Amino acid sequence: MIHRECGVLKTTYEADMGLYPLPIAKWTVAALGVLFVVVIPLSLHEYYLSVANLVWIAVIGALGLNILVGYTGQVSIGHGAFMSVGAYTAANLANRLGSPWPVNLLAGGLMAALIGAIVGIPSLRIKGLYLAIATLAGQLIIEWTINHVTFISGGVQASIEVARPRLGPMVLSSQRDMYYFLLVFVVLGIAGTMNLMRTRVGRAFIAIRDHDIAAEIIGINIFRYKLLAFAISSFYAGVTGVLYTYFLGIANYEQFQIGVSIDYLAMIIIGGLGSVLGSIFGAIFVTLLPIVIRYAMEAFGGIFFAPQTVLNLIPNLRLMLFGALIIFFLIVEPEGLNRLWRNIRSYFRVWPFAY
Amino acid sequence: MSGLLEIRDASKSFGGVQAVTRVSLEAQKGEILSVIGPNGAGKTTVLNMISGFYHPDSGRISLEGRDVTELAPSRIAELGVARTFQNIALFRGMTVLDNLMLGRHVHMKTGVLSACAYWGLAQKEEVVHRRRVEDIIDFLRIQDLRRRPTGSLPYGLQKRVELGRALALDPKVLLLDEPMGGCNHEEKEDMARFILDVNEEWGVTVILIEHDMGVVMDISDRVAVLDMGQKIAEGTPDEVRANPRVIKAYLGETKAVPSTGGSRV
Repeated sequence: MIHRECGVLKTTYEADMGLYPLPIAKWTVAALGVLFVVVIPLSLHEYYLSVANLVWIAVIGALGLNILVGYTGQVSIGHGAFMSVGAYTAANLANRLGSPWPVNLLAGGLMAALIGAIVGIPSLRIKGLYLAIATLAGQLIIEWTINHVTFISGGVQASIEVARPRLGPMVLSSQRDMYYFLLVFVVLGIAGTMNLMRTRVGRAFIAIRDHDIAAEIIGINIFRYKLLAFAISSFYAGVTGVLYTYFLGIANYEQFQIGVSIDYLAMIIIGGLGSVLGSIFGAIFVTLLPIVIRYAMEAFGGIFFAPQTVLNLIPNLRLMLFGALIIFFLIVEPEGLNRLWRNIRSYFRVWPFAY
Repeated sequence: MSGLLEIRDASKSFGGVQAVTRVSLEAQKGEILSVIGPNGAGKTTVLNMISGFYHPDSGRISLEGRDVTELAPSRIAELGVARTFQNIALFRGMTVLDNLMLGRHVHMKTGVLSACAYWGLAQKEEVVHRRRVEDIIDFLRIQDLRRRPTGSLPYGLQKRVELGRALALDPKVLLLDEPMGGCNHEEKEDMARFILDVNEEWGVTVILIEHDMGVVMDISDRVAVLDMGQKIAEGTPDEVRANPRVIKAYLGETKAVPSTGGSRV
């Protein structure tokens, strides 16, 4: 934490517009790189790595949803369905054509982007709650379609098994393999979002969120950019769905129901709307919360309750805490975990002085 | 010679209210044209028709001879018409720099893929346009505000940043809706100086709506007067000042001259 901004002088616009304006940031990134590439995957047990993998998948989905909701200001309760579009596209391609995973991943993302853009069409006319309901309709229609059209769902169970992804001769079967596999997309997703948001297209998204009339007056075609936001965001969702399918080894619509849409909304609200770091914090938090609760209840629940009650409480407690936390963040810190982090950081930035 | 921006016989009504009736205006290239009139005269409606928020019920608007009557606001901005609003329409959460960079939107091309990749084309384009934005920052003397969120700036500076965002479009026509409304004397002087400089040095045609008669009479090349949705007078400031219909619209039946008080710049 011992770093100072004074004396950091920039002589080019390139340097001034860098993602990490301070030299210490490079060291931080390097340290995080070592932590996530070496320390975590090599030291953790398979089970914990599978949890980490769930977090990675959630990070990509949360980033995507944040592009739409946090940055562009358009609500969507349909992201679970967009993920299922990606998942079933990839699963069908893999099983019918035997195409390799990169093709399936891209196709799943693009298909979700297309469907997402279509669901986003009402956003031209309606905002806020009304748009939320329109996207909810999208979620339900997509869910129903996948469930009832056997060409897509592949039969009664509406689930399609998918083979593990391969890298050349290597099959990515263990959790450790999947960890590295997913980490690549997490890094791409984070870098892509950060770059998008500091250039022309991302600025236009934020402009639409902040003041749509002013955005129009400076030449931003609102309709095109809203659809673009839906498409990019749904592309992320589609990719999330494909990755989740490869992670589970099966595409199943039950993994992408409306509860998932809500979970992702919770991630970005708790993490922080309109922030990349917030998406990451939120994804970690919401994914780990039920696991932490279960451990905590197993360890300490016996002190207060009978063993059977503990088992009953665990799933319900998750929901209760979840709701309570969302309310807590909406009231106390609407800008989410990201804001808390920034408060801590700015405290240490000038430490030991007050300002 | 035909004007850079021409409005011919434009009318607009909202429900039963006739906001603008057969108004014709013509802004010549390189002039400052002020539109004045009592509250509710239809000044802002005219501006909104030019920038495409309203489409006139009848009549025609053309820019450089091209019909723009039915175009959407974003298209009209692309053709070189920028504007500011009476009640400031900045992107309040964004920094001054980002607001001005957004003004460059129509001149930039970066798409989604090159933006995500950034290093390469997107970065190059950002730097080119950052240079232009820095020129405007220097011109408006807001160097120290670059990284400030615009929502936190005092009112007068917000007006200045909004002017900067409009200038970042490199407009042919600049529409200013009460740029000095609510500003103190000093801020008004600054703003008037900026408008004159923009007009003289960059050759931008300015259409100005303003209530401060002192400023209007001082900096305008021509003045058009609206009352009750109709144009009642047009001419040089001196002609307009002496026009009995203008005097009547402002002061009722009297022999007095419309206020030249307020601030003289």
